[in-house]
Amino acid sequence: NKMIPHGEQAGKSASCQGCPNQNLCASGATKAPDPAIAEIGEKLSSVKHKILVLSGKGGVGKSTFSAHLAHALASDSTKEVALLDVDICGPSIPRIMGLEGEQVHQSGSGWSPVYVDDNLAVMSIGFLLSSPDDAVIWRGPKKNGMIKQFLKDVDWGELDYLIVDTPPGTSDEHLSIVQYLSSTPVDGAVIITTPQEVSLQDVRKEIRFCQKVKLPIIGVVENMSGFVCPKCKNTSQIFPPSSGGAEKMCRDLNLPLLGKVPLDPRIAQSCDEGKSFLNQVPDSPAAKVYQNVVQSIQDYCLNRATEVQSAT
Amino acid sequence: MVSKRSVDSKAQQERQKQQMARGLPKQKPIAGVKQVIVVASGKGGVGKSTTAVNLALALMANDQSKSAGLLDVDVYGPSVPRLMNLKGNPELSDDNRMVPLTNYGVPCMSMGFLVEDASPIVWRGLMVMSAVERLLRQVDWGSLDYLVVDMPPGTGDVQLSVTQNIPIAGAVIVSTPQDIALLDAHRGAEMFKKVNVPVLGLVQNMSVFQCPNCQHQTHIFGSDGARQLADTLGISFLGDIPLHLNIREMSDKGQPVVVSCPDSTLVRYLISQSHGSI
Repeated sequence: NKMIPHGEQAGKSASCQGCPNQNLCASGATKAPDPAIAEIGEKLSSVKHKILVLSGKGGVGKSTFSAHLAHALASDSTKEVALLDVDICGPSIPRIMGLEGEQVHQSGSGWSPVYVDDNLAVMSIGFLLSSPDDAVIWRGPKKNGMIKQFLKDVDWGELDYLIVDTPPGTSDEHLSIVQYLSSTPVDGAVIITTPQEVSLQDVRKEIRFCQKVKLPIIGVVENMSGFVCPKCKNTSQIFPPSSGGAEKMCRDLNLPLLGKVPLDPRIAQSCDEGKSFLNQVPDSPAAKVYQNVVQSIQDYCLNRATEVQSAT
Repeated sequence: MVSKRSVDSKAQQERQKQQMARGLPKQKPIAGVKQVIVVASGKGGVGKSTTAVNLALALMANDQSKSAGLLDVDVYGPSVPRLMNLKGNPELSDDNRMVPLTNYGVPCMSMGFLVEDASPIVWRGLMVMSAVERLLRQVDWGSLDYLVVDMPPGTGDVQLSVTQNIPIAGAVIVSTPQDIALLDAHRGAEMFKKVNVPVLGLVQNMSVFQCPNCQHQTHIFGSDGARQLADTLGISFLGDIPLHLNIREMSDKGQPVVVSCPDSTLVRYLISQSHGSI
């Protein structure tokens, strides 16, 4: 972004006038890399695969997808899975995972995440609030501090998969998570969208963001793609793909479309109840699409691992 | 009789309050704008922008003598340009303020007019703060009875910057019936309480879907949750908005439903609701 002064220009350009950060940037203190980044790289070296779930648009089903991806991967009891919720202002993960009201405990080796099952751990700011309805009205720098702590101080242990659920946008949380994970390999990002142009508009920005920060994109999932009336089985496009939906966008941008998940009222219900939709209604067309998407993601991660191994 | 100690501690509290307020921006009204109404949620994707657009239009349709403007402060995902079918860079007025783009009689300003369509705004909170201040102070609105402000999801930098900088007549909170959405809407309402912005009420969007083939109604995202939350929080329930084909199809085309289907029962309902709450 040519608009933002950086490097030698940081804090010294005309557009830096009046910014509260100006003195800090001009002093050169921001040029030195944050030692926490190396620490985090160390700490997460025991995590085999890291997957970010992003969108750009709000309310498309990122948290729903992240939670069910975690459930699906953890259904293999030999795999250790963790879900990290970095949506500081609107943490939905505790509710969706049925862990509302749980608290985080501190031990000698750091913060202990909350366990859904023996092999499925969760961390979210939701667990640090005194009440699930508490508003977290924080500016960026405070949110960044929290995300740093989640990565540095949580005792994740050895993990096969770490899934990170993000809030909408391309802001502090996204920059921080990419920055703090910069010294450790990240498999890639799964991008969630709905079929409308209003969503795709924001999602294209998110895709550009990934390209800018060199975050590989595993693929795109189109959520809320069609609704089958339970009574007459007629399919309606509730969120019409007026500009070709995710299919056209993926063709245009040369990205894999991992799946199109139809609307099913039971998904919202399961989330509200904190249960896994994949367990509750495994025969639903939506559940089947989810399972296919999860399989594609697993294949991608394994392929990357083999590539990396053969390259070294 | 008031004891000396209680007077002292009260005076101390006042002093503390004043000291804490020193670092904060002074609240100043936007030149030319009589009343500011924010449309917010806390949760993303519930229909804030769609509601804000149709609210601005409904306010004018309800009373032809009133003028309404629309300010989109969602810096990361500005939807207003598409919803209002507006494109282009704003011109500058003689005193160097940005001139809003107008469609359907509503002057609009959005980050979407200032950046290229597919370019992400990859900014940290501090830069967003200065952008929001520009959008608030450096727009030549002329004289408006209402300015509807479309907020982004969350309870962070943008929300704080807007509520700290300008006086707000009231906030309309939008949610879907799902518990997950209501949790965030609750947080949104709490935030407004903390910053002393009156909450005009709660709108329940995407309340129900009617199959076009057999008219069977399905509550895809749950039902009635928003009504209950409004009760719990002691705020007005402003009504249900169903997943109506017209709203969804017209949104991408940039033809807000209040304009494209002014005679529909849905629109008359929206107009009456807006009149009731303001």
